[in-house]
Amino acid sequence: MIKVNDLHKSFEDVEVLKGITEEIDEGEVVVIIGPSGSGKSTFLRCLNLLEKPEKGEIYIDGEMINAPKVDVNRIRQKMGMVFQHFNLFPHLTVRENITLAPVKLKKMSKEEADAKADELLKMVDLVEKADSYPSQLSGGQKQRIAIARSLAMEPEIMLFDEPTSALDPEMVGEVLDVMKNLAKSGMTMVVVTHEMGFAKEVGTRLLFIDEGKVLEQGNPKDVFANPKEERTKVFFSKVL
Amino acid sequence: MNWLSEWGLDLAQTFSRCFIEDDRYKLLLKGIGVTVEISLLSVILGLIIGFVIAICSLSNNKFLNAIGKVYTDVIRGTPSVTQLMIIYFVVFATVNLPKWIIASIAFGINSGAYVSEIIRAGILSIDKGQTEAGRSLGLNASQTMFNIVVPQAVKNIFPALCNEFITLIKETAIVGYVGLVDIQKAGDFIKSNTFEAFMPLIMTAVIYFVMIKILTIALDRFEKWLRKSEKR
Repeated sequence: MIKVNDLHKSFEDVEVLKGITEEIDEGEVVVIIGPSGSGKSTFLRCLNLLEKPEKGEIYIDGEMINAPKVDVNRIRQKMGMVFQHFNLFPHLTVRENITLAPVKLKKMSKEEADAKADELLKMVDLVEKADSYPSQLSGGQKQRIAIARSLAMEPEIMLFDEPTSALDPEMVGEVLDVMKNLAKSGMTMVVVTHEMGFAKEVGTRLLFIDEGKVLEQGNPKDVFANPKEERTKVFFSKVL
Repeated sequence: MNWLSEWGLDLAQTFSRCFIEDDRYKLLLKGIGVTVEISLLSVILGLIIGFVIAICSLSNNKFLNAIGKVYTDVIRGTPSVTQLMIIYFVVFATVNLPKWIIASIAFGINSGAYVSEIIRAGILSIDKGQTEAGRSLGLNASQTMFNIVVPQAVKNIFPALCNEFITLIKETAIVGYVGLVDIQKAGDFIKSNTFEAFMPLIMTAVIYFVMIKILTIALDRFEKWLRKSEKR
């Protein structure tokens, strides 16, 4: 479903990704962990071309998306993204946040989108907030709305960029619950996170990225129990 | 208390001579019409030009950047009277357009430079995450700009824009230079016809003040409405 070949990305003269080759299948929940500055967020952001890689190819459903002349907007409609800082649109109500893209992109009529919004709000358990503005919500509620907003476009893949890192500890659980349900429903997910518990419980595969490369990967439980690389061991000893 | 009633009578007589005699008030009314017409059209032109120049300045294209830079430099670096006269007597010298439209174009061009800087700052004030969220949903650059960035930027820059509108309205008092009779020029005519300076000039000031006060009240209401999403 996602295929990445020898991906390189630099900012100014700092090389952040130093050749990542990876394949992600449908229905997988790939959890990416690694020290800060290792390139894990950059890798995720390359997948929907929020960052343009200098070298390498990214294929989604067999189509090379970083080729010239590819309609990036069409590709992005297949991939939802959830950000660390939610990035809800503060001038729109919760419902409008969810319906904006499907209606503007002519994917749904206004009525269909409203119905879809109600259904998604039920899923994230925030039906009563439909007419609230983002400033009236807690962090956990904002992130659940952000997930609902991405799902409104009916994506095939969901990308999560440290979705719980900006939350107060007591709100992390409600967001992880939504993500767990999503994983259970069979959604293909790529999640950059520091939530080791989530990685162990929900992840079907774990990638440990360090210094712009995938250093180690495998079933999360195995990697946590028996890290092979010295660097992974050191990282786990600090975070677990 | 005799002097007071005498003074009052004197004032009433001057008032009547300045504004009632020969229907001079009509001159002022026409002047108000001209000022309002020019102000409205130049505010609209200023907004359009300002937005286009702001987009030029913010784009990744070096050529467009240069256009934006040169435009704001030239306009901000020369007096508006000079610009008005150049537009009127040089650029549109042979074009057959109503005077007030030509004047409005000159003021629009002038205001555009200031508005563009305000809009540019407003767009830059919106967090990059907003654009990324829009783009990641599949919206294209202009859909993201108009549905997500601009509505938020407008709220942030509204007070600065109001300031610019008010400055612009008062700036139009120089249209007398190209032979238009606005409020200022009407007051000036009355002054030279009646040899009274106090009454017509104070009246001119009062009219401008009242117009701008009304506008300020309306704009304040509008701003409150704009900020409705910030309630908690």
